[in-house]
Amino acid sequence: MPFEIMVQSLIYGIFVGSLYGLIAVGLSLVFGVMNYLNVAHGTLLMIGSYVSYWLFSVYGIDPFITIPLVMASLFLLGSLLYIGFFSSLAKFHSEVRIKNSLLVSFGLMLVLDNVAILLWSADERTITTSYSGMVFDFLDLRFPYVRLLGLCLASMTILALHLLLTKTYFGKAIRAASQDWEAASLMGIKVSRTYLVSFAISSALAGMSGALFCLSYAVTPVIGEAWSIKALIVVILAGLGRIGGVFFAGLLLGLVESVSVFFVGASYQEVVGLVIFVLVLMFRPQGLFTR
Amino acid sequence: MTAKLKNRLLLIGIVIAVLLILPMFIKTEYTINLLLLVFLYVSITQSWNILGGYAGQVNIGQSAFFGMGALVMRLLWISGLPAYLSLLAGGLSTLILAAVIGLPALRLKGAYFAIGTLALAVIMLITVGNIFPGVSFLPGKYLASYSLTPRYYLSLALMVLTTAVIYLIVNSRLGLGMIAIREDEEAAAATGINTFRYKVLALGVSAFFAGLAGGVYAYYQASYYYFTPFELIWAFEPLLIAFIGGTGTIIGPIIGAVCYVALRELFAITLGEASVIVFGCLFILVILFLPGGLIEAAGKVSKLLVRLRKGPHKI
Repeated sequence: MPFEIMVQSLIYGIFVGSLYGLIAVGLSLVFGVMNYLNVAHGTLLMIGSYVSYWLFSVYGIDPFITIPLVMASLFLLGSLLYIGFFSSLAKFHSEVRIKNSLLVSFGLMLVLDNVAILLWSADERTITTSYSGMVFDFLDLRFPYVRLLGLCLASMTILALHLLLTKTYFGKAIRAASQDWEAASLMGIKVSRTYLVSFAISSALAGMSGALFCLSYAVTPVIGEAWSIKALIVVILAGLGRIGGVFFAGLLLGLVESVSVFFVGASYQEVVGLVIFVLVLMFRPQGLFTR
Repeated sequence: MTAKLKNRLLLIGIVIAVLLILPMFIKTEYTINLLLLVFLYVSITQSWNILGGYAGQVNIGQSAFFGMGALVMRLLWISGLPAYLSLLAGGLSTLILAAVIGLPALRLKGAYFAIGTLALAVIMLITVGNIFPGVSFLPGKYLASYSLTPRYYLSLALMVLTTAVIYLIVNSRLGLGMIAIREDEEAAAATGINTFRYKVLALGVSAFFAGLAGGVYAYYQASYYYFTPFELIWAFEPLLIAFIGGTGTIIGPIIGAVCYVALRELFAITLGEASVIVFGCLFILVILFLPGGLIEAAGKVSKLLVRLRKGPHKI
């Protein structure tokens, strides 16, 4: 097998992996903070993609410039979804929260998917900008600019989230609520508001992933399911509820998938991730990066 | 035998007898099809219910077992094996799947099991879609002898069998153990229940009957894509039906299935594709506001009626 092709596919693995990491961080945040398992997380990515797509195709605004706008609208949508469907689960203890949030978001996924089909039809949509096909050549390896910029933005966002959680007062409140929400509320932290904002941030991160997604892939209403599962895989790889290693777990999944194409072919690429996932569930349920 | 039980058995006997002689009077295929679907949904929901409703292990990938049963049954049947043997083989084949995912995942807490089953369902969907991308047609000689009545009776028999077996299990010591696990797994283990063994048993029974239901589907449908029974809608429907009717009850899946098929027919005529949206919303509302389903609602209403009759001051 030619060496360059191998390296090239590893590079693509990193590009895809950064997107996996970004989508999974939001899911992990919600699980870590409030013990909600939001399987509709990928559906939020799908909605983010459509927002970005419409802003580009109707108003002609560059998809990179609209990322803040996409994130803001998904932040709003996330808040509404939280108030409407998830806030009433906060009164339960963690086992019931997991189970009920899983069921509610499962229903939500079906509803939003089908609403999207009704609104936007099942056609594939793609964004083609003036710089879409441009690549940066280095030692015979190809780095598409869109992907490079996406990787940078994703890494920066993860870093920003890390700083938000560790360096700010609000981040402290989030971490306190995730460790022990009762104690946190006794210390004067508004737990319900912390939950709401965490959920909205997670949703905004999904929106950003969606905006980056539609720059390189075709968007259809049914992509949400696959991306929810991708995010779940990454979250389990990193360890359920641990935000720290999620981004690297995402990169790892991207790399493994891209390498596996050589051995099992592209049509089983998805299955490889799932099999790894099941193996981790079996042998290291606490995640790869924890002791 | 108490009088109450006797009455109940009599009622069940009458209902089954009516269902048995019904095809002799109803000649419209539409009605028979609807009833057949109700029986199929009751069966798959009961199979979900023993694990999800009684033992408390929520499986959101029941489509894997349903599809596996359908696939094995269909392939063996078309290759010339008698239908009943293929059906049984389809049911048994699901036990392999259950062992692959269930045994490891059941050692873990609820969320892991749920995600694991979802992953399994998607693995199966993609793999089967890759291996058998086409449509499964019945060979000509099978089609020539195709008639709806034996399918109706098979589906009815499956429903009665599934419900009876699960009724017997959950009303035995085994069932009490499962309910104890659902309520508090640690406390159940502390009282000497081998929780893992009970959960495995529930999973095995659940997978087996889901596989049989899939087999009936494969016997009933003249042509479908091989991956159709693996689609996630088959995982969602048992959940929805169980929650509408009431999880962890025997009558819940029956009420749920009747309501579901009736409502779906109604919506399919008036709303078309959008009916999934309505059902999704309904599902969310039930989870949030009526976690016990229609059974609980009926209980509440009858309590309220008793209170009204007795007057407000007595409670």
